[in-house]
Amino acid sequence: MSQPWRTPAGGRINRHRELRFTFDGRELTGYEGDTLASALLANGVHLVGRSFKYHRPRGILSAGPEEPNAIVTVRRDAARVTPDLRATEVPLYAGLDAISQNRWPSLGVDVGAINNLLSPFIPAGFYYKTFMWPRGAWRSLYEPKIRAAAGLGRAPEQPDPDTYATRFAHCDVLVVGAGPAGIAAARASAKRGVRVILCDEQPQFGGSLLAEPSASTALIEGQPAEQWLSASLKELASLPEVTLLSRTTAFGYFPHNFVGLSERLTDHLDSVRPGQPRERLWQVRAKEVILATGALERPLVFPGNDRPGILLAGAARTYLNQYGVMPGRRAVLLTACDAAYRAALDLRSAGVEIAAIIDVRERADGALPEAARRAGLTVHSNATVVGTVGSQRVKAIRVARLDGSGAPQGSIERIACDALLMSAGYTPSVHLFSQSRGKLVWNDAQQTFLPGEPAERTHCAGACRGVFGLAAAIEDGRGAAARAGGDVSGSSKMPEPAAGEFGGILGALPQPAGKPVVKAFVDWQNDVTSKDLALAAREGFRSIEHVKRYTTTGMATDQGKTSNLNALAIVAGEIGKRIPEVGLTTFRMPYTPVTFGSFAAYTRGELFDPVRTTPTHEWAVRRGAVFEDVGLWKRARYFPRKDESMHAAVQRECLAVRNGCGMFDASTLGKIEVVGKDAVTFMNRLYINSWSNLAVGRCRYGILLRDDGFIMDDGVVARIAEDRFHVTTTTGGAAAVLGMMEDFLQTEWRDLQVWLTSTSEQWSVIAVQGPKSREVIAGLVEGVDLSNAALAHMGVAHGRICGVPMRLFRVSFTGELGFEINVPADYGQSVWEAIYAAGQAHGITPYGTEAMHVLRAEKGFIIVGQDTDGTVTPHDAGLAWAIGKSKSDFVGKRALERPAMQSIERKQLVGLLTGAPHVVLEEGAQLIASAQHRLGERPIGHVTSSYYSATLGRSIAMAMVRGGRARQGETLYVLADGQPVPVQVTSPVFYDPQGTRLNA
Amino acid sequence: MLLINCPYCGERPEPEFVYGGQAHIARPTDPRACSDQQWADYLYLRDNVKGVHNERWRHTHGCGRFFNALRDTTTDRFLATYEVGHEPPATLKGAHS
Repeated sequence: MSQPWRTPAGGRINRHRELRFTFDGRELTGYEGDTLASALLANGVHLVGRSFKYHRPRGILSAGPEEPNAIVTVRRDAARVTPDLRATEVPLYAGLDAISQNRWPSLGVDVGAINNLLSPFIPAGFYYKTFMWPRGAWRSLYEPKIRAAAGLGRAPEQPDPDTYATRFAHCDVLVVGAGPAGIAAARASAKRGVRVILCDEQPQFGGSLLAEPSASTALIEGQPAEQWLSASLKELASLPEVTLLSRTTAFGYFPHNFVGLSERLTDHLDSVRPGQPRERLWQVRAKEVILATGALERPLVFPGNDRPGILLAGAARTYLNQYGVMPGRRAVLLTACDAAYRAALDLRSAGVEIAAIIDVRERADGALPEAARRAGLTVHSNATVVGTVGSQRVKAIRVARLDGSGAPQGSIERIACDALLMSAGYTPSVHLFSQSRGKLVWNDAQQTFLPGEPAERTHCAGACRGVFGLAAAIEDGRGAAARAGGDVSGSSKMPEPAAGEFGGILGALPQPAGKPVVKAFVDWQNDVTSKDLALAAREGFRSIEHVKRYTTTGMATDQGKTSNLNALAIVAGEIGKRIPEVGLTTFRMPYTPVTFGSFAAYTRGELFDPVRTTPTHEWAVRRGAVFEDVGLWKRARYFPRKDESMHAAVQRECLAVRNGCGMFDASTLGKIEVVGKDAVTFMNRLYINSWSNLAVGRCRYGILLRDDGFIMDDGVVARIAEDRFHVTTTTGGAAAVLGMMEDFLQTEWRDLQVWLTSTSEQWSVIAVQGPKSREVIAGLVEGVDLSNAALAHMGVAHGRICGVPMRLFRVSFTGELGFEINVPADYGQSVWEAIYAAGQAHGITPYGTEAMHVLRAEKGFIIVGQDTDGTVTPHDAGLAWAIGKSKSDFVGKRALERPAMQSIERKQLVGLLTGAPHVVLEEGAQLIASAQHRLGERPIGHVTSSYYSATLGRSIAMAMVRGGRARQGETLYVLADGQPVPVQVTSPVFYDPQGTRLNA
Repeated sequence: MLLINCPYCGERPEPEFVYGGQAHIARPTDPRACSDQQWADYLYLRDNVKGVHNERWRHTHGCGRFFNALRDTTTDRFLATYEVGHEPPATLKGAHS
């Protein structure tokens, strides 16, 4: 018979739609509306996983997000494999394929279970104490083995084929949790006409009401609870200002009422349409947040409390009433609170035999225990469970009476059962409140931490702040809505909790003396026992944060939802302190795990980062250019011909520039237009150079320091008019330079009349370089005399090229006669193509950034960020000549006067030549003074740039070397693969040191 | 993600802004008159406040303006934002520790 543990009727499942699914390859059926966990239980499958450390057989403990045991992998297809899901939260769909984890070769027969037998030898801190010697073995032996044995599911091996959506939302009131309190709060808020978002992690709204029996007689506002629920939801759905989000977990509460919601859109569907987003990340900014996150039931800590078939009492009630599943035929309830009696009563009504109710409290005489007795159930108060029997399913429990001191005494009674329901009481879910940095306060009456002073506009309602019971929760929800709406008359005082109904006990149940052999689990997922916690206390751990890390309690993917408070109570007892004195570990986001896909959303593949392209990009693509990323820019690195190697292409491009003409797209350079009557004053204060004496129509190499005296950026600056400068920056430095300029203008030099405009993307810059460059462009340029006399090196002219307005710079980053043609970006590609066509007669060659680097290195021109590293002064870089000597101040000047900045021992820029001309040094390689490198000897410098120069027929390099300029002619050594390579220190200018070619 | 009240544009989300370090650190008007130690202090010495901190922000992806703020570093709550060149609001001055 299929689903033998299903009740004949009832539950919120759709019995008309049977769904087939598999678990570890076994074919099973469930119903629409099931979770994987409820469907497994309907088939009598309790053994669903092996524990993390001891590989003990484990069953389903809970019915919600707190589940520590039933952790599975769900495989939709080859690529859609999701490990480490809680079976209690996996919605069942037709064809679902689930696999258990942490077992080999199978769930029933698991070799790793040997760890359970070895457990006396692997206590808390075992790894720290054991795998210490020999030191090298950690990397080669211990860590790989431990890593292989540890972990739960396996990460997917294929790229995630799903898409993920994301959206921002704003609302007046965000209500988290759609139980009675949350629904009441949402309704009351919506009545004010404000924008409300109500979210809940479950597929259906209703929270604790969903676990009520369908024949429940509970009344809300005079209506049966079920009617109230459907009427409330209907009303909310009809309101245009209300957004209802089911299957949506509020996983993180960030500053300023910013809350992250993860909405699951397709994981419950039988099949997924291509492109249908799997999840949607909501980033909600709420004026007011109402947390109605309920409470989680705590398990009891007693020996053998982890066998399959032992589950939380509330979960058993949920499985029965919401899913129509019986967790057993003969059950025992072990409880420390009244609320759990409801589970026994409901199961009894459904025909489950209740073998006994064991209540650990001295007396059980509340309304619910009395009801149980009236129903003929046997209640043993002042008793406890001291052991359980069964391997892959509980078969019996061992019960003992408690004596006056609360210790087990007398004979032990064995009670046969196939399910044990347990409840230590309820812990308010303060996770999100704590994430928001709200203060948690210990409440002595309730023996739990409750929300105290909020850090944000946060209002808690219902069980999450210790207000239990249907009527009280509804009232509290309305009260929270009133406070969120600014009504301060409503009291936020809590009603007195019904004594004993939900509170229960904390910590471990008493155990017989002298029998610490059997494990009493506190943290199921990380296999932490009460013994481990006691050991940590004995070994001197006092801070709960340290105990947590040492024993790993609360550190699994469930973040200790069922275990934290019990662990805290045990530690407090061991070290003789009150719980609030021991403190609480920090709640961190996410509440439950969130997929990476959800965070990545659209920013994958081509949308991962914005891409900036220059106006000639398409042309370069057509020419087969190889590109490199420079910041967000795509820059042509070289233009290979057919099968040409990079090395060959770069040599060809370099020689073309030296011997004829090359063209280069320099559009990525940063460009800032500095305008205003105080522009020259501004430039004088900012850059190290003197600008007063720069004539209109001339340009100059400018250097910008930070105020600490180190080079920040460089670039050619042209004076376009008395009150107008065209400033260029490095490609990567453009935004930072503009930001620094704005900073000084807006905050320090507010009296200056200067306006800054970024023009980086408005100008397309085409560098035409080489001895024939003048001839190439001569036929295209109008209105500018290109002769050396009229437009000398570092001259700037306005005119037209191909009919397009142009700023023409006669500048050179190659050492050859050269021009940089600035045209409006829209004309960039057509002007480029016209120059390329005109240059054919002269062998014009497009070149990329690689050739540009070699050409400038041959001339000893630095690249900021390559030859400098944020600790290089103008003196160090050999650029002190650029400093405007008569200026009393500029940014960085005072710092340069500090003694340390003038030390002759500072690293200085030099050239290096290897003895063997074809050896190209490694950039970044360290320099030492003698061939015999002594261990611990500090290097005296490092190689910053290194290339093979086709022009010189040999390798060249630039380096920063301690006291380098005084070392010219010396032989130093570069370590290459541990071997010293002799190099000669030279000037960094390798080619045309007189600059005659520049001025041609 | 913080919500920051730009004095020129109003409340905007944090990604539109860039943090600008401690506020009210004026560059000495005559650096030559500073001792090396004074200059080093100006360059490198900053408060590390647990509590209300005076700091600069720039609405880089908005109006581009720098402004000052008082933020509690323990709660991330902004007590005030105000224009460059102004002192912190008088009522909050005492809060600055």
